[in-house]
Amino acid sequence: MSQPLLKTVGLKKYFKVPGGFLHAVDGVDLEIPRGKTLGVVGESGCGKSTLGRSVLRLLEPTEGQVFFHGEDLLAYDKKQMRQMRQKLQIIFQDPYSSINPRLSVAEIIAEPMIVNKTFGSRREIFARVEQLMDTVGLAKRLATAYPHELDGGRRQRIGVARALAVNPEFIVCDEPVSALDVSIQAQILNLLMDLQRDMGLTYMFITHDLSVVKHISDEIMVMYLGRCVERAPSRELFKNPTHPYTKGLLSAIPVPDLKMRDKTIELLKGEVASPINPKPGCRFAPRCEQAIPQCFEQSGEMIEVAPGHFCSCGCKRA
Amino acid sequence: MSEKLLQVKNLEIQYKTDLETVYAVNGISFALDKGETLGIVGETGAGKTTAALSILRLLPEKTARIPKGEILFRGENLLLKPEAEMRSTRGEQISMIFQDPMTSLNPILTVGDQIFEALAFHNDTGMTREQMEARVDETLELVGIPRSRKRDYPHQFSGGMKQRVVIAIALACEPELLIADEPTTALDVTIQAQVLAMMNDLKHKLNTAMILITHDLGIVAQTCDHVAVMYAGEFVEYGSVFDLFTADKHHPYTDGLFGSIPNLEVETDRLQPIDGLMPDPTDLPSGCKFSPRCPKCMDICTKQKPTTYQNGTHRIACHLYSGKEVEEA
Repeated sequence: MSQPLLKTVGLKKYFKVPGGFLHAVDGVDLEIPRGKTLGVVGESGCGKSTLGRSVLRLLEPTEGQVFFHGEDLLAYDKKQMRQMRQKLQIIFQDPYSSINPRLSVAEIIAEPMIVNKTFGSRREIFARVEQLMDTVGLAKRLATAYPHELDGGRRQRIGVARALAVNPEFIVCDEPVSALDVSIQAQILNLLMDLQRDMGLTYMFITHDLSVVKHISDEIMVMYLGRCVERAPSRELFKNPTHPYTKGLLSAIPVPDLKMRDKTIELLKGEVASPINPKPGCRFAPRCEQAIPQCFEQSGEMIEVAPGHFCSCGCKRA
Repeated sequence: MSEKLLQVKNLEIQYKTDLETVYAVNGISFALDKGETLGIVGETGAGKTTAALSILRLLPEKTARIPKGEILFRGENLLLKPEAEMRSTRGEQISMIFQDPMTSLNPILTVGDQIFEALAFHNDTGMTREQMEARVDETLELVGIPRSRKRDYPHQFSGGMKQRVVIAIALACEPELLIADEPTTALDVTIQAQVLAMMNDLKHKLNTAMILITHDLGIVAQTCDHVAVMYAGEFVEYGSVFDLFTADKHHPYTDGLFGSIPNLEVETDRLQPIDGLMPDPTDLPSGCKFSPRCPKCMDICTKQKPTTYQNGTHRIACHLYSGKEVEEA
């Protein structure tokens, strides 16, 4: 098999808090092949954004390794990392706070190119800006506009154009559509998928919206309290969810279909436990209806339940 | 009794500033019976929240104007009520649940006190302090919070629990009408499912009528009896939940909304979004307000306001179906 574009091994990110350590990301292994999309889903506080940022070293991981093209990113010094960042970009969730309100649209998109000195002259840079604006569907007349003059959808297009400015290979999309209305959301999702097809981009797509993640991902990883509980090809995950948490999550989505109206859904009881100094054992055990005493003692290993489908729940074996 | 609990007739709301006039709601009509749930669906800026606030008369006094229309609650026009009477209606007969539970609670009062406050203000029956305290416990348990947490402050609760407290406050006086403005948008899906299941339960238990404002068609399918699709201050489509999900005729905007959500059941390569953006409410297009974005736009659409096609309870405001009523019959 060919080498994955991005790979993490035992990636951990702990934050020091007054009560001890907050285990935001706690040992995540993942692989993303070139040109594919890995969807990362989970509820708020499960560590999905921290994972995205740790991969890019926007947050320094506590432990573990990140391989990009087979090279360990964490071994790079600051200067090398800055070079590398041209290949690794991110699109943020909130198009209102992630772009500088005091720069015009063209300046925002030009900034990464100026910082990285990719082009010699201003003329070249602004020619590229025009080209990028065209790619993401922003009218040329908006080049001199300021962000406050634009709506959420257009701002998110700026975010996309800015990420594309340095010709990246890998983009972390951190909830890029959750702040947008559905009709605009669909426009941005189509744009991201077109770009992937045309430029061979690789995405890590972080979201809490399961219908969006199914639509855009090749493979999906479900996270719960800093750990990956299940990983499978997108279609397989929705057809055969194996982990009790994944099942609960999937049944909780309100489906726009009347047939489901009177179906009783299996509600997940309770709420997410605190990620500060978590107890040993399976993180989901306190909310799990099928939990056995063993679940509270040792955490499950990832086992392959079907080709390419990994699940961390050990209950099935016992 | 045949009289509806709530009847809104031809309601128009504008926000006036020195510079411009925002046409937020442009003639909506609907009626709601006891125990029924009406879902209002639409995107940001469609006027959903403005319509809801007007029922409680909570619109900003300085800028909001209601040039036309009536809001009849049990036959009485709320728009003509004096403010003092309105104060006793709010919270007692009509309650509201706001979108963001993090900001709609008072951070320096315990949740018990906040529920108590609603009861004490509307204490017409002369309940004693003890009776009201007992009622607070009861309400908390109704929404699934143990009474032992009554003395806790909002910051000690998670988002889902806070939203339950907000619902408890709204339900404390057993209102006849509950207006929920995106009650679950700020919550995670599993918590959203819990809160929706609870609201459904309570609706049956207390026979409360509800207006549910949302942008999620999934929630509408699961909880509502009637649905209104709102666009640029108008109901472009209105009908029972069956009309909306099973009828073969729809407003092009409704079709667009359905096309924009990735379907979990069917594999699609591309979504079918609606092109363009919401019109500027200070400068609405003439004729049909959706015409600039409509894929089926005809000549007449830009010139003339569409007539309403009606089939049973199903109403669609679109030129595509005008004159077709006869064929149906």
